[in-house]
Amino acid sequence: MTSPLGKRPGRTVAEGVTVLVAAVVAFPLYWMVLTALKPSAEVISAEPRPWTFAPTLDSFTRALTVQSFGRYFLNSVVIALIVVALSLLISFLAATALTRFRFRSRTTLLIMLLVVQMVPVEALTVPLFFLMRSVGDTVPAFGLNHLGSLVLVHLAFGLPFAIWMLRGFVAAVPVELEEAATLDGASRFRFLWQVLFPLVAPGLVATSVLSFIHAWNDFLFAKTFIISAAENQTLPLALQVFVKPDQNDWGAIMAGSTLMTIPVLVFFLFVQRRLVSGLAGAVKG
Amino acid sequence: MSQQVVRTRFRRGDGRVAYAYLAPALLVLAGLLGYPIYQLVLISLFDYGQEQVSGGAALEFLGLGNYRALLSDSQFWTVLAQTVGFAAVCVLGTLLVGTALAVLSTRVRTWARTLLFLAALGAWATPAVAGSTIWLFLFDANFGFVNEVLGTTGFSWTYDRWIAFGLVAAQVIWCSFPFVMVTLYAGIKAIPVEVVEAAALDGASTWRTARSVILPLLRPLLLIVTIQSIIWDFKVFTQIYVMTNGGGIAGRNLVLNVYAYQQAFAASQYGMGAAIGVVMTALLLLITFGYLRALRRTGEEL
Repeated sequence: MTSPLGKRPGRTVAEGVTVLVAAVVAFPLYWMVLTALKPSAEVISAEPRPWTFAPTLDSFTRALTVQSFGRYFLNSVVIALIVVALSLLISFLAATALTRFRFRSRTTLLIMLLVVQMVPVEALTVPLFFLMRSVGDTVPAFGLNHLGSLVLVHLAFGLPFAIWMLRGFVAAVPVELEEAATLDGASRFRFLWQVLFPLVAPGLVATSVLSFIHAWNDFLFAKTFIISAAENQTLPLALQVFVKPDQNDWGAIMAGSTLMTIPVLVFFLFVQRRLVSGLAGAVKG
Repeated sequence: MSQQVVRTRFRRGDGRVAYAYLAPALLVLAGLLGYPIYQLVLISLFDYGQEQVSGGAALEFLGLGNYRALLSDSQFWTVLAQTVGFAAVCVLGTLLVGTALAVLSTRVRTWARTLLFLAALGAWATPAVAGSTIWLFLFDANFGFVNEVLGTTGFSWTYDRWIAFGLVAAQVIWCSFPFVMVTLYAGIKAIPVEVVEAAALDGASTWRTARSVILPLLRPLLLIVTIQSIIWDFKVFTQIYVMTNGGGIAGRNLVLNVYAYQQAFAASQYGMGAAIGVVMTALLLLITFGYLRALRRTGEEL
């Protein structure tokens, strides 16, 4: 196999460097898991060692029992899954409209989508805080201190990019296919869900991974919206409860971080191939 | 039935169907992005504090008062300079590391590449809060592994303003270079082998091939990853907030994003917080458009 860059002198050196870089990049994660498994005394030792001979699950137990971590975990899962499902549906429809149809204001909409992506959503915390406060007056489930408010904002923030990304995948499906389906008597609706939807599956997967991670990782909006309802807190904030002014419970913090990272990691590994082709597809489109 | 007929039938009512498909997206975007943007500008024109929010005190229209106060506040300028500098370091670092490793991965066998990609995926997948806390613990003054290795136990990496910024930047680069690396690697791989071979046959050196053949082909991808990095790094919030405990001692590690948050939700000056948000949005749009224009001037198709 020839590499695109042609010659390969000193491949052994290159591989040595690669292994070294991989080790450095992975080290913080190794340290996280290691710390989570260390007994307390070893965690807050003045001479930390990169190994442990007495692994224990104490820190995990503490994280899961003391601060109802399980509840926070569930909250995060619920928010992320609802956001993924809704944004897939909405962005698929929108991407189809923007690629398969010619209509006035199509270009305007595309440009607006691009511009909207550049708006720093973090700047919108103030107006969104008040918006959610008013929404909560009529529909409490979507107001402040409720999970619904987080679903709404993450749905909105992820949409422009999701639409933009899916556009490339939808455009890649030949128009002839749609004509053939129409000739065979398939309605628009049938074509949409039985032909197009399965064909853009790689794009849908890539899009959902990104929406999931977005919602799962959010710190700012959870911090802003969930003010007093501890039972509706999400994972990123739950970590903060082990941070104490006098002495951080590093073991529990690392156990919590591990629990929080694992789902994303599994998701990533599972779809990494599709993610790469998805990103490349979005770029080409 | 001729092709023409099919196409005509195909298009009738397209506009209506298209808008039906677009309706949910437009509704969500208008309500949760468009309206808040309008509200952001509006709030920034008022004196909007705790009394107005909870006490029902009358709103006082300030016009550009918040902006005037902001622009004459020396802290704002410091924070602005810090934001730009911090973002620049993060973007450059991310692009350098990501590009170098993308090239490196094309020159090694699969096992080594898989190892690197797994590690990078791990860094990429780590949620910002978790990543920040891990780094904080690695660099902890008393129990941190880094101080143990360097023999500097007791040294605080988050006390000095610039060392703290450097640490946060390193963390940001750690979790953002994988995106650049993976994207560029896919881009390099997508270049047909024939193109590179043809260049080699014409007697081009490896360096020349990289510069004159591969780089131009990668430019659209580089453009995307650069813009993405600028957008991300200009508005880093979590890392700064977690690692410097809300913006550092006496707020000396503030960036615009955290500054706006503190003004609004810690100091209850929602009008001022909104004004900072407006300034940040305007700056980000300016930077991105400026960058796009500069690229177009060099003859780049978008």
